[in-house]
Amino acid sequence: MTLAEKTIAYEREELLTGCQAVAQAVRLADVDVIAAYPIRPYTEVMDNLSRIIADGQLDAEYIVADSEHSQFEIVKHASSVGARAFAGSSGTGWMYGFEALVVTATDRLPVLFLVGNRALDDPGAFGVEHNDALAIRDMGWLLCWATTAQEALEHVLIGYRVAEDPRVRMPMALALDGAFLTHSQHMVRVPAAETVRRFLPPFDLGDRRLHPDNPISIAPQVNEDWVMELRRQNWEAARRARRVIEQAYREFNELFGERYGTPFFDEYMTDDAEVVLVGLGTVAMPARTAVRRLREHGHRVGYVNLRWFRPFPGPELRASLARFRAVGVIDRDFAHGSPDDGGVLLHEVRSCLYPLPERPQVLNFLTGLGGRDISIDDVTSMYEQTLAAGRGRALEPAVRWIGVREEAARGVPEERRP
Amino acid sequence: MTQTSDLAFDRIAGVRKTPLEEFYASGHRTCQGCESALVMRQFAKASGPRTVVTGSTGCMYVANTSYMTTPWVVPWMHTQLGAAGPSAIGMAAGLRALMRKGRIAQERINVISFCGDLGGGDMGLSGISGALQSPYDLLIILYDNESAANTDIQATGLTTYGAQTTFTPPGKVHRVMQRRWKKNVAGMLAVGHPTCRYVATACSAYPPLDFLNKVRKALAVGGPTFIHTFDPCPKGWDYHPSYSHELGELGIKCGIFPLYEIVDGRVSYTYDPKKKGRIPVREYLEKQGRFAHLIDEDVAYIQRRVDAMWEEWEIPGVAPLKGGLRPA
Ligand SMILES: Cc1ncc(C[n+]2csc(CCOP(=O)(O)OP(=O)(O)O)c2C)c(N)n1
Ligand code: SF4
Ligand SMILES: [Mg+2]
Repeated sequence: MTLAEKTIAYEREELLTGCQAVAQAVRLADVDVIAAYPIRPYTEVMDNLSRIIADGQLDAEYIVADSEHSQFEIVKHASSVGARAFAGSSGTGWMYGFEALVVTATDRLPVLFLVGNRALDDPGAFGVEHNDALAIRDMGWLLCWATTAQEALEHVLIGYRVAEDPRVRMPMALALDGAFLTHSQHMVRVPAAETVRRFLPPFDLGDRRLHPDNPISIAPQVNEDWVMELRRQNWEAARRARRVIEQAYREFNELFGERYGTPFFDEYMTDDAEVVLVGLGTVAMPARTAVRRLREHGHRVGYVNLRWFRPFPGPELRASLARFRAVGVIDRDFAHGSPDDGGVLLHEVRSCLYPLPERPQVLNFLTGLGGRDISIDDVTSMYEQTLAAGRGRALEPAVRWIGVREEAARGVPEERRP
Repeated sequence: MTQTSDLAFDRIAGVRKTPLEEFYASGHRTCQGCESALVMRQFAKASGPRTVVTGSTGCMYVANTSYMTTPWVVPWMHTQLGAAGPSAIGMAAGLRALMRKGRIAQERINVISFCGDLGGGDMGLSGISGALQSPYDLLIILYDNESAANTDIQATGLTTYGAQTTFTPPGKVHRVMQRRWKKNVAGMLAVGHPTCRYVATACSAYPPLDFLNKVRKALAVGGPTFIHTFDPCPKGWDYHPSYSHELGELGIKCGIFPLYEIVDGRVSYTYDPKKKGRIPVREYLEKQGRFAHLIDEDVAYIQRRVDAMWEEWEIPGVAPLKGGLRPA
């Protein structure tokens, strides 16, 4: 008998949006302190949690903060006394609290944040873009994207489990594409509280918790005497996190049924593929549909959905992508002025592939910015371009915009300006 | 509701009754004569061992807590420059949740957060306001050395009018570069947060024991509370360190820094100039190098404003409204 058979893994199935699924997970994780501040699209998680708390389904301190900076500082300090804490944000709100996000990581406090990805101002746009969450990629955070509401729920539990592990103790950002996941409904199996408790024990900060019985000083001034060694400790924690993540998925699978094959990314129809696209978040939906249609016409294409961005699964992704003739990297973000002017993911994937003696051709597609829809036709076109590159044709330019109105992007012509 | 007068708290009745135990001990590197360091020492002494503290960036972080030589006997954590308010909320909320859920012992733990005049009086004002609306027992102490001292003495919204700082140097054309009148932080917070039961101003030097007892009282009253201290700073104010206490006393006696406490909306003056009189502000200003460039006209302007605060304000030192209520 497996562990899963001995327990009731799931208690019910219901239609939930990404945000609602995260709210259910926060309830199941028995979070102690929640701080809220409004900004679309992540807000819906707080709308749901406030109701869950008001109805007595979760016993937590719930604070409506005066700003994101305060919101993030509240959960950081709640975590420092040993409480399991939750917050979240989107776009410009996430950036407003950035200072607090950085110290949460350097203080090694394992709070969990929902990032409902949103374009950064200016000009105003509610739609998804990944630059908000990606801004913390170098700061010592765990960062992972979910593509369905089910995954969103489960990665709150997996996220706390990894973040709080004494070998890791890093904050965790769970990113959900604004609107496409935060507000789209899926059938979600809600885990049973008892089984969640077995997977996720209560948070124990041990001898790092701030309490009169443990009178420590946290983050005293160190200067050049110690900063480098502390950075090294953060570095090692991020390295150790990879094995802790693998272990967490193994145990998750044992308790909840074989939910996940590989933890860091999943592959769709890649077995005999000639070329693949790689992307983050909900672009996986049109991408998988395009793969199925192209295969009906005999094209050997596949899709690699990258789940964990930090820690980045370097060796694993390298080994996987080495099998293909060309890789098209989809960026729903920008990195203006970077090498070849490509997106953030392009540079990560290319640097990951560099040690290979024979590297696949790499193309980059900048697309879906500000929440613009990425259609099946768009993805099909990316596959066609990547197939051509795999066969040594049309290799330049390496970076291509998909779905942009070139005409409009040139701005108002001189003669029509006032 | 408890009345101001009959509020029971563990008052320190005399200098000889002051507890000997220190919870802010040796190890810090603040300047000689640093009154802000005295604020730290006194609040820790008044609050005792069952306390958790956060401190915002500033002199009381950088000069105070070098790794391996922390002066803090009680648990302490750094918080960001503008985060005194939310850091207190976070600790208090975390402790409350853990106690309610039975994960730590149920007991009274004092939650204290401090910030400087720049960190608390300018940048962190919104967060402190949030904390004063919160349902938690916490005390925020704004230690006011009238400059961004840690970054080499720059003007803040709480620096006295006319003072020389590295951002407001007297020049050939402009003698007075700090033209802002000192922000009335404690009064603003008291008036703006009707459910906050305790707001006070204090000076660790004068009158003796006053600040210690105000800390004790704030913690006894409970809920979110706030104390604004007036801290002479030899480096920033440019005087010999041995005169710190004296300058504190002069600042109170000339009335430039009003000393009061507000409990449940009732104001009582710790030093009441109406009864005890005021010395001229010149006696306070002339002892500090930061005012050396001021001319009689500037001193007269400062004196006029201080006079107006005590003679014309509806609630002297607290609320700068004049003339009572008039029909619309
Ligand atoms: C967000 C941010 N901006 C600027 C600084 C640089 N800084 C460090 S201490 C300080 C001065 C703080 O002044 P105050 O709050 O009055 O405390 P004091 O140094 O006078 O004790 C400044 C500006 C910082 N640490 N964080
Ligand atoms: S500069 Fe002023 S506040 Fe800072 S340590 Fe020196 S005396 Fe204290
Ligand atoms: Mg200051």
